[in-house]
Amino acid sequence: MREPALEVRDLRVRVGTLEAVHSVSFTLERGLRTGLIGESGSGKTLTALAVMGLLPDGLGASGSVLYEGRDLLQMAEAELCRLRGDRLAMVFQEPMTALNPVMRVGDQVAEPLRIHRGAGRGAAGRQAVQLLERVQIPDAAEKTRAYPHQLSGGQRQRAMIAMAMACSPDLLIADEPTTALDVTVQAQILGLINRLVEEEGATLLLITHDLPVVAQVCEQVMVMYGGYIVEEGPAAEVFDRPRHPYTRGLVDAIPPLDQDLPERRLRAIPGNVPALGEFPEGCPFRNRCPRADWRCQVMPALTGEQHKVACWHPVA
Amino acid sequence: MRRRRLPPSLLAGAILVGIVVAAAAISLFWTPRDPGHVVVSDRLRPPGYAGSLLGTDQLGRDELSLLMAGARNTLLVGVVTVLIAMALGVPVGGLAALYRGPLEEVAMRSTDVLLAFPALLLAILFAAVFRPSTITAMAAIGLAFVPIFARVVRGAGLQVMEQDYVTAARTFGSRGGWIFWRHLLPNVNAVIIVQAALAFAVAILAEAALSYLGLGTPPPTPSWGRMLSESQSYLDQAPLLALWPGLCIALAVLGFNLLGDGLRDLLDPRLVERLPQTQG
Amino acid sequence: MAVQVTVRLGILVVSLLTASVLVFAVVNVLPGDPATVVLGTNATPQSLHALRQQMGLDQPAWERYLAWLGGLLHGDFGVSLLSRSPVGPDILEKLGVSGPLALLASALALAVSLPLGVLAGVRYRRLSGSLISALSLGGIAIPAFWFGLLLVTVFAIKLRLLPAGGFVPWSEDPLAALRSLLLPAVALGLIQAAVLTRFVRSAVVEVQREDFIRTARAKGLTRGQALRRHGLRNAAIPVVTVLGIQLTSLLVGAVVIENVFVLPGLGRLLFQAVGNRDLVTVQDLVVLLTSVVLVVNFLVDISYRLLDPRIRAAR
Repeated sequence: MREPALEVRDLRVRVGTLEAVHSVSFTLERGLRTGLIGESGSGKTLTALAVMGLLPDGLGASGSVLYEGRDLLQMAEAELCRLRGDRLAMVFQEPMTALNPVMRVGDQVAEPLRIHRGAGRGAAGRQAVQLLERVQIPDAAEKTRAYPHQLSGGQRQRAMIAMAMACSPDLLIADEPTTALDVTVQAQILGLINRLVEEEGATLLLITHDLPVVAQVCEQVMVMYGGYIVEEGPAAEVFDRPRHPYTRGLVDAIPPLDQDLPERRLRAIPGNVPALGEFPEGCPFRNRCPRADWRCQVMPALTGEQHKVACWHPVA
Repeated sequence: MRRRRLPPSLLAGAILVGIVVAAAAISLFWTPRDPGHVVVSDRLRPPGYAGSLLGTDQLGRDELSLLMAGARNTLLVGVVTVLIAMALGVPVGGLAALYRGPLEEVAMRSTDVLLAFPALLLAILFAAVFRPSTITAMAAIGLAFVPIFARVVRGAGLQVMEQDYVTAARTFGSRGGWIFWRHLLPNVNAVIIVQAALAFAVAILAEAALSYLGLGTPPPTPSWGRMLSESQSYLDQAPLLALWPGLCIALAVLGFNLLGDGLRDLLDPRLVERLPQTQG
Repeated sequence: MAVQVTVRLGILVVSLLTASVLVFAVVNVLPGDPATVVLGTNATPQSLHALRQQMGLDQPAWERYLAWLGGLLHGDFGVSLLSRSPVGPDILEKLGVSGPLALLASALALAVSLPLGVLAGVRYRRLSGSLISALSLGGIAIPAFWFGLLLVTVFAIKLRLLPAGGFVPWSEDPLAALRSLLLPAVALGLIQAAVLTRFVRSAVVEVQREDFIRTARAKGLTRGQALRRHGLRNAAIPVVTVLGIQLTSLLVGAVVIENVFVLPGLGRLLFQAVGNRDLVTVQDLVVLLTSVVLVVNFLVDISYRLLDPRIRAAR
């Protein structure tokens, strides 16, 4: 058990009068790559934004997020600004809109160095070129002078990653980093993130709805639904023997590619993810779960040793 | 399913506009005094004099009655100018979006020519050539607004044309006219209505400026703008006369602006362009 | 970029020509007989005939148009039907009033609207932001000429601080000239400021919702820094696109305001020309003003393309 890089305890996120993230607690071990799986509406992005202190206006978070013993949620904004970009970094989903369209790519990539390392324009600029080379953007020097719209989607995301890793952060949160990209590019970007995080010994929290992505990169995985963590454990374990019906449903829905003919039918999870405020009382999955009964009116706690699940009727 | 609450601006705007409309409507049947009734011995009286709520003007006419009657003129100008602008602008923009290509270019470029002529300037030009009247004012302002409606309808129309249901309609043989009336127009309605409300506001300001200059509504028809110009000679004796008509104009314009903003919030079209605020 | 500028320039020239044709057509072709317009329907046949000769109406319209256009390009604006003196020098003289007025008003409008708009945009969730927004909403409804009247009533008539009208030539007393322009510039400028404030505020509010602001904060920039370094340049783009329209409106407003304050500028000249049916002057002034409008719009168009690198590269 390595030392914790981040400890989240009882994190709740409110959107107006509704609670979107309910009492989420987890620990990210240093140097470990953890995946956070959930569909849209599960609260995964809000969790990440709450950790970084970047929730949109009108949303509030409570609980505690401990980094090196200090609670990020209680920290003054000025203090948080010192950590963001330097020790804690985040990569977002849409690289086109996440980059400033009227600023050159190089200037944007160099910015964390100028803020946190006090680098001057020239030095930061040169380092930006090196960073772009590190993320394998061809013609890095030329690309630093380009604007975001002149880069391809994959290159923009690489630039975002370069920007995030510029100061060698302890924690990298990647929110759906490959969702907006072509399938062929996805694998490359994931490989890049994997490699960089390993080289730096950083902790990774990879957020996605795409199970194979997590399977490819992460050692540890958490599954979120309706604002709760419903299952967590070592990735291989959770995918081979999912215990929560939702996780089981997700795994079952993946078409197996290693067989000529599927040995079983693909099963989709019945129903749709409800909108915020329309989840049922108690376990949020209960209106779509084949195993639900009267007990599920109360939300079960997350129980287990390495492989934890929050369910009254876990599978297997 | 997004629940739509009535925006407060819509409510406030509707109330203000309602007051103007009510005043105009009521004035058709009744005003405190006959607005045209001249009593020279009672000129420039302060508010409250002999039952005259807001006082009398330089010819002894009751100010409140004049204001109520003036509301008719304001509304008339607004309605006619917006109708003219819509009658010309909507088809141009709609056809441009429908048929694209060279027709679109020609249509948009021709209406854009009108953009060089601010409403007031065009109206002044018309007033110089024809006798200044409400009609020349309305025609000029209406013409000046045509490009805005054309652009807005074209913009919204382009979006509609990209929709799958239009493509589907084409695949089973719907022709241009059918698509225009059945698909395009109903879906750009929202944008047109919002733009109409905002254009109404600018039209009121433009007409007020014209009437102030004496190039708009001629006497004896009561007009808020002209009342302001008449009050200017008596600023030292009866400064309030300069207050009331201007206040009416401002409240009416505010009302239509709020109405337009409220409608936009309600219907959420993203394509309403800002009209040049014709200030005078 | 150079290609774009050239294309826009070409469009400008075409627009200028088209505008001139339209103005000429409205004045000379539309009413049928311009001479009757000038002298009225009760004019004697002899005076009509004399005027037609003087205006050169026996020549075909397109010839008169070309002659007029040629004259304009050489600085010859013709002779006023009223005063019998050349229009050109008169225009130049009046420009000395209208120009400074427009500049003063624009400067005031920008000086007020930019800081207030940014403030209202940054604090859009707080009371101060809402107050500014409400104030500007009220402001845009106010006719500038009415505001001018109110200012005159308070500052000139009641308080006797500033002149109620009239103009002292620059050559005589520059300070007094400035004083004469103060109230009109304030009336015009503040109302324009209200309009601009709304645009600036909405641009700033919009930009704060953009993803790249969140990215900037994720890098460690404070809200203020993120807005200054990343937001403002982006917010400037929609504001600049609107600037052209607003400058146009300011110009037109100046025309009216000059009549409120009896300032001997282009606006007053136009107004008098209309009243006296001096078609030559009217024609010249209208085409001059529309040309200014077109040129201003052209300049604004180019600036906005310079600001936005996405547009610079495209088409």
